[in-house]
Amino acid sequence: MEGPTPFPILTLLVVVPVIGSIVTALVPKGRPDVVKLVALGSAIVTGAFSLWLLAEFETGEGGFQLVSQHQWIERWGISWHLGVDGISLLLVVLTGILFPLAMVAVDAHHDDKPYLAWLLLLEAGVMGSFLSLDLFLFFICFEIVLVPMYFLIGGWGYGDRVYAATKFFIFTMFGSAFMLVGIIATVVLARQHGVGETTFDLVRIANEATFPASTGRWLFFAFAIAFAVKVPIFPLHTWLPDAHTQAPTAGSVILAGVMLKLGTYGLLRFGVYLFPEAADWSRPLFLTLAVIGVIYGAIVATMQRDLKRLVAYSSIAHLGFIVLGTFAMTSQAITGGVLQMVNHGVSTGALFLLVGWIYERRHTREISELKGLQSVAPIFAAAFTVVMLSSIGVPGLNGFVGEYLVLVGSFLSARWWTVVAATGVILAALYLLWAYQRVFHGPPDTDEHGEPKPFAELTAREGLVMAGFIGIIVFTGVYPKPLIDRVQPSVDALITHVEDKADITIATPTVVEVDEPGDGGEGEGEHESSEPAGAATAEDQ
Amino acid sequence: MMARTGSLLAQAGLAQAGFEGPDVEWFALSPLIVLVGASLVLLVLGALTPTWPRGWYAGVTVVAAVAAGALAMFQWDDITDGSPATLVGRALAFDTFAQFVTISICAALVGVALVTSDALHRSGRDDPETYALFLVAAAGGVVMGAANDLVVLFLGLETMSLAFYVLAASDRRRTQSQEAGIKYFILGGFSSAFFLYGIALLYGAVGSTNLGEIVDSFDTVVPAQADDALLLAGVALLMVGFAFKVAAVPFHVWTPDVYQGAPTPVTSLFASVGKVAAVAALVRVLVVGLGHYRDDWQPVVWVLAVASVFVGSVLAVVQTNVKRMLAYSSITHAGYILVGLEAAAHRAGEADSGAGVPSIAFYLIAYAVIVTGTFAVVALVARNNEGATDLDSFRGLGQRHPALALALTVFLLAQAGVPFTSGFIAKFGVISAAVTERSYAIALIAMVASVIGAFLYLRIIVFAWMQDEEPDTIAADGSVLGTTESVTIPFATGLFIAAAVAFTLFVGVLPGWLLDAADVTVDLAR
Repeated sequence: MEGPTPFPILTLLVVVPVIGSIVTALVPKGRPDVVKLVALGSAIVTGAFSLWLLAEFETGEGGFQLVSQHQWIERWGISWHLGVDGISLLLVVLTGILFPLAMVAVDAHHDDKPYLAWLLLLEAGVMGSFLSLDLFLFFICFEIVLVPMYFLIGGWGYGDRVYAATKFFIFTMFGSAFMLVGIIATVVLARQHGVGETTFDLVRIANEATFPASTGRWLFFAFAIAFAVKVPIFPLHTWLPDAHTQAPTAGSVILAGVMLKLGTYGLLRFGVYLFPEAADWSRPLFLTLAVIGVIYGAIVATMQRDLKRLVAYSSIAHLGFIVLGTFAMTSQAITGGVLQMVNHGVSTGALFLLVGWIYERRHTREISELKGLQSVAPIFAAAFTVVMLSSIGVPGLNGFVGEYLVLVGSFLSARWWTVVAATGVILAALYLLWAYQRVFHGPPDTDEHGEPKPFAELTAREGLVMAGFIGIIVFTGVYPKPLIDRVQPSVDALITHVEDKADITIATPTVVEVDEPGDGGEGEGEHESSEPAGAATAEDQ
Repeated sequence: MMARTGSLLAQAGLAQAGFEGPDVEWFALSPLIVLVGASLVLLVLGALTPTWPRGWYAGVTVVAAVAAGALAMFQWDDITDGSPATLVGRALAFDTFAQFVTISICAALVGVALVTSDALHRSGRDDPETYALFLVAAAGGVVMGAANDLVVLFLGLETMSLAFYVLAASDRRRTQSQEAGIKYFILGGFSSAFFLYGIALLYGAVGSTNLGEIVDSFDTVVPAQADDALLLAGVALLMVGFAFKVAAVPFHVWTPDVYQGAPTPVTSLFASVGKVAAVAALVRVLVVGLGHYRDDWQPVVWVLAVASVFVGSVLAVVQTNVKRMLAYSSITHAGYILVGLEAAAHRAGEADSGAGVPSIAFYLIAYAVIVTGTFAVVALVARNNEGATDLDSFRGLGQRHPALALALTVFLLAQAGVPFTSGFIAKFGVISAAVTERSYAIALIAMVASVIGAFLYLRIIVFAWMQDEEPDTIAADGSVLGTTESVTIPFATGLFIAAAVAFTLFVGVLPGWLLDAADVTVDLAR
């Protein structure tokens, strides 16, 4: 591996959107064209940097790359510490691509300037969260994201937007409250248990600190609550349908596309990586909640009358798969989970865009008030079909790759949970196809003269954006190898780290245990009772 | 009695023949002298001369405050180079903590004076008395922050409080203001009585009112059990008095009424100078003077802290008047500061009292700036609505005046503890001090309460940005009609608001230097 690159690409990924945001805010009000140009320009520059990062990234390397570290608050051992590995790489690129697309795809219906400025600030926060290797830096990025999102939902949303925005803010901040105490406690305790000095450096704490089991579990749960709210994992999900539904279209795209991933990414990076023993110990709980999320999200999505709410609930189901993969803790399952993060970001982001465009054209999202769109707008319908199929997880499109890897990987270590979760795939087909059928099939709506109500086709701009999305969808579906090649080494490194630290072997097939009668349900950690001998075989691929 | 030269009572006896008075370190006392001197100048010259041109009274106040703050900064190096000392026969402490408090108070005073100047000029009552009272109150606050003797502390407390009572009632045209003055006076007098009786009991138990001598007596003599009751009762009464002054639950009931009734700039003085001084005195008395009894007062601080953060944030949410909201939020802030004190309590009286005291010092200066800034914006908004400060008067502020709304947003987010503001670093400091001392429960409770509190600040922000104007005030083209007048921000107030925003954000991004400064304050004189 080469030395650190002199060019601070990671820092720029965070700083460019901030500068863009400030400049956007400073442009005089009378120049909407300049506002748009500056904002879009900085988003595109950030996106270009993220692509450059993709090129710079050393494939096959598991550790953190392009690390840049500068002292920030020396007294507290806090530094500006950024780095990227296979797990965060794709999410960073996704963020870099999704923001300019979302900006191009939909205009704010009023006040362009603050809208774009908030979006850019949001991008900086998200980038910072994905890149930071310092607990303090991560926390403030994770937390600062709430502010622009709050204003975006509250200022440019629909319906009961202030309620939704406030609920979103309060829920997430509630989780963060636990995480902040957890972070400080981690740092203080790590000083006593191996690190020897006050530092918020993630890598050092993960490698040097050895927490006693119960301490580690408490700390893990302090972090996990914050991420569980963000993901959201089943009982903490109630903010999501409101926030997604009332958010402006671009807000929903970003929210579903990258912000939910902060939760799942956090679980991997700050849950599993920092507290391997505790994460392993709590697997039954998280697996169960993940499966409940998959099934519950799908069933509730089926029942929705509002198209956007349907997509929102489908997110809960999809993120259930990611959590399942994360806590199945096999190489394929976590790799699949990471891919699923990206895929869900792309396909659900695209779905939200399409639903947003439907709303712009018809001013309704009620499924019962829309029908027969296919005959008036065939291209629109075709785009919707592809995106929808990707979201269902049809082979050949991106959704399949992630879900398949998750299910295959999880089957090794968490068999019965996987069996139940797999029905979620069928349910996904059910709610999406049914919704598609009601909205797009049949005779089109007619106005009072009996003429079909107009429904504009995709405009050139919308078509271009959609082409971008569909390109990613198809490429990933057909040829996922480049992505997997980049993700897997880091995932393997993570699993090795977990096994070393927690002194466990992870990919224990549950076969041995499930055969025993009276051991139904979720309460037991499988790894404890089964032989490590059978374990190592299934683990590496 | 005469041997106890620490008290000012002894100073009064200076004239007696043969009595050796304590040395007076004039330079060390200079911030205090500047503040008192300026107030005398204002009172005497103001009374003898015709009305001064606009802004001159405030100008004198600002100059005095800046001079006092600058002098305190000059003394900083003297202290850090040597070791903390005491002044005037151990009556006042000369340590970095006292300087920190002095600087915080002076900074707040500058802000309050600038805002008041505009407000009073507008209502045509630009008189020197108000500013003289400001300066006296600030001098009282400085004495409280440095007092190393309970009687001196009481003098500082009364000096500040009496000025506050008058200031609360200073808007003679509004009955609310009169009401606030009376309420504050009666309840404040009551709490002072508790406080004084606590001092008396403590003196009875220990034989001295000087903090240093109290500690010395604990260090050398293990108190007999019989004295304990007397002493503990004294500590309890002292804490009642303090809890009233810092507005900690359950001694907070006066706060909303007084905050709402008093003229807005004066309210900001209560919230900043009043709270800073009271907290500083509380910290010094408990951590320095009563460190040996930390096991007894620590649970009390715990309860006060938890009750304050919770009751403050919950009751704030149901208010409809912004000044009342901010009153409750100031109760919450008192709670956070007490969280830091609880952390300091774990090692009170030891040579290294941990991260608690520095976290409080940092919190005080950050809070003083944020809260004066917030009230400055509130004062401007109220001014354009005939003094109304209910939530509705903030409606559509973002459209009428984006810059003002932006400043308000920064201050409120800072109060909520959002990253990249000084409020976040301050909150992080006290929480991290608590966690370091393994007070996990109080840290968690404080953080959860801060979420409830965040709801309150969001409500104000929502009204400022997202609630559209009443439909009839918006013309077809979207421009705002019917608002009373075009909002202009007076220069002085605008200058202060800009400076406060800059400080809040700058410290939020680069807090290292201020943390380093605050960290020195752990070394308290005694």
